[in-house]
Amino acid sequence: MDHLDELESKSIYIIREAYKQFKNIAVLWSIGKDSTTLMWLVRKAFYGKVPFPALHIDTSFKFKEIYEFRDKWAKEWGFNLVIGRNEEALKRGVNCKTSGALQCCGQLKTEALKQAIAKHGFKALLLGIRRDEHGIRAKERVFSPRNKEFQWNYKDQPPELWDQYKNKQEGEQHIRVHPMLHWTELDIWRYIKRENIPVVSLYFAKNGKRYRSIGCEPCCHPIDSNADDIDKIIEELKTTKVAERSGRSQDKEAAYMMQKLRSLGYM
Amino acid sequence: MGKEHLKFVIVGHVDHGKSTLIGRLFFDTGCLPKEKIEEVKKICDSLGKELEFAYVMDHLEEERDQGITIDTAQTFFSTKKRDYVIIDAPGHREFTKNMITGASQAEAAILIVDAEEGVQEQTKRHAYILKMLGLDQVIVVINKMDLVNYDESRFKEVSKDIKEFLNKIGANEPTYIIPISAKEGDNVAKKSENMKWFEGMTILEALDTFKSKMDRSNLALRMPVQDVYKIDDKRIIVGRVEAGTISEGDKVLILPTEENAVIASVEEFLNPDKKKAVCGESTGIVTKEKAFIDRGMVLSDKEDKPIVTSTVKANLFWMSKDPLRKGETVTLKCATEEASCDIEKIEKRIDSSTFEVLEKDASELRNMEVGEVILKTNKEIIVDDFNKTPELGRFVIEKGLDTAGGGIIIMGEEK
Repeated sequence: MDHLDELESKSIYIIREAYKQFKNIAVLWSIGKDSTTLMWLVRKAFYGKVPFPALHIDTSFKFKEIYEFRDKWAKEWGFNLVIGRNEEALKRGVNCKTSGALQCCGQLKTEALKQAIAKHGFKALLLGIRRDEHGIRAKERVFSPRNKEFQWNYKDQPPELWDQYKNKQEGEQHIRVHPMLHWTELDIWRYIKRENIPVVSLYFAKNGKRYRSIGCEPCCHPIDSNADDIDKIIEELKTTKVAERSGRSQDKEAAYMMQKLRSLGYM
Repeated sequence: MGKEHLKFVIVGHVDHGKSTLIGRLFFDTGCLPKEKIEEVKKICDSLGKELEFAYVMDHLEEERDQGITIDTAQTFFSTKKRDYVIIDAPGHREFTKNMITGASQAEAAILIVDAEEGVQEQTKRHAYILKMLGLDQVIVVINKMDLVNYDESRFKEVSKDIKEFLNKIGANEPTYIIPISAKEGDNVAKKSENMKWFEGMTILEALDTFKSKMDRSNLALRMPVQDVYKIDDKRIIVGRVEAGTISEGDKVLILPTEENAVIASVEEFLNPDKKKAVCGESTGIVTKEKAFIDRGMVLSDKEDKPIVTSTVKANLFWMSKDPLRKGETVTLKCATEEASCDIEKIEKRIDSSTFEVLEKDASELRNMEVGEVILKTNKEIIVDDFNKTPELGRFVIEKGLDTAGGGIIIMGEEK
């Protein structure tokens, strides 16, 4: 087995564990490259017959390319697509320009996710986060509990030995399952190339700019790049010294912004 | 592509310089993004401190405020030979469970010792945990040599102390012992100008000599069953091959029922030509005959089989404030098996730092103690020699909702 085979095998093992242990789960699909790769791995784990829904938390501020991609591939892959939106906050007009990122992410992402979990009673969620994305994510467990207020108690996480994952939960706790923690950004692109996984066109350079990380349109900024295909992206990443999420506002508004967001339930 | 990968953990007593060493490894291998250096600089400035490499790994606000690592973290760097994953483990006694979480994922280890302070409580505990987890590719680094004027005799003294302790706990000699200064960069990526008396390798050179995980494809088959899926008309038994290989046409034994089965097909999504799965692969198989197969069972080689038993003897590291009591019932998880088990006997209660036997035939095992225990499961489980199939030779104990202990099975003495 080569390196990508090993990464894939570990992820599939974790995905199968999550379903076996919790049954009522969902895969969180942000439509970005990581969660789309996760969708691919989920399809592999269940031989194309995925027994749980894909959940998209929609802030209504995503790029139009993201919505098109979502609708096309959810149908093609036969996913039961569940869309979670905080309609009440959207009606109030919450947005990142006037409300600020902490408010906006909190209401339209975290709160929308809470509502979706409550509505569907999900016991666990599969998320495509990786350790190399952000320092705070490097501290994550593979199976990571959130309490009923949705908080991540990062100061006192349960031990996680070998491949033995937490499978018991109390009351309204839910478990965040991270099948791709051990992947890097470069691994993701190499795997996308090898498996021929479709990704949103925003990742590829047009007129000297491309997005390295995608989400809400107002909070994502493109980087200078001429990488208009996967091979060029891989080459670019091999030499770059710029952090992946440098185009994402919520990561840096203030020191520990990400820690605060995450401890309150952000992805 | 094709580059090797290796995961190693950095352990040692609090303040002996783990996080600083990691920052140094990143910096000297050019693996630190420019933005990251700027971010760390900015935070150090705002806290009125000099540039601290430690902040690269210590990401939590509390960690930076207190200057300690609380939880284990993983990051990545590369040398010409390999891509490395560094697992940073906290040194504080209180966070030992996080250290074990980190160390249980590693293939090699760096044990760091402060040249001034020498071998301390957590140095010994961590050394013991490494030994217990079966990690035998170990570099001991004697750090902060700059603070002892790069003195060779001090290096020899500390080296002798750590060797003596490793000997006492029955661990192998460390693969390398290297005098370094993580802060100044001596013997990390570059040979030290300040310690010409040292002729050994730098940390990076030493790391590059280590081997990544052993391929156990040539051993006898062990495939613990993870789940059974009904996909269209097929009943697919899924799991990961933990030793050996499994191919179409193979005759295998199902344990613990001792039923025979023939593999009708090996299943992979969108790959109808799949005929064989190798060690480490998460796969699925269909059997020719309809056999009763469920999670926790093991598909095995017909001749070379693991052991089916309901009594196991093990070394158990306890990491919960709630002690483990003789006679109580807890949950044992080994590979994909989960069973209720009674603590029949705690033969020895051992201090994990001094390695002294505190009590024989004890009534309880407390936080951060190691016990030699006898466990009785309420159903038969399948275990194997840890050195042969680690996945079947190690287990966790859950008490309440969480993992509270980690154990390695002692073979040959059960029943």
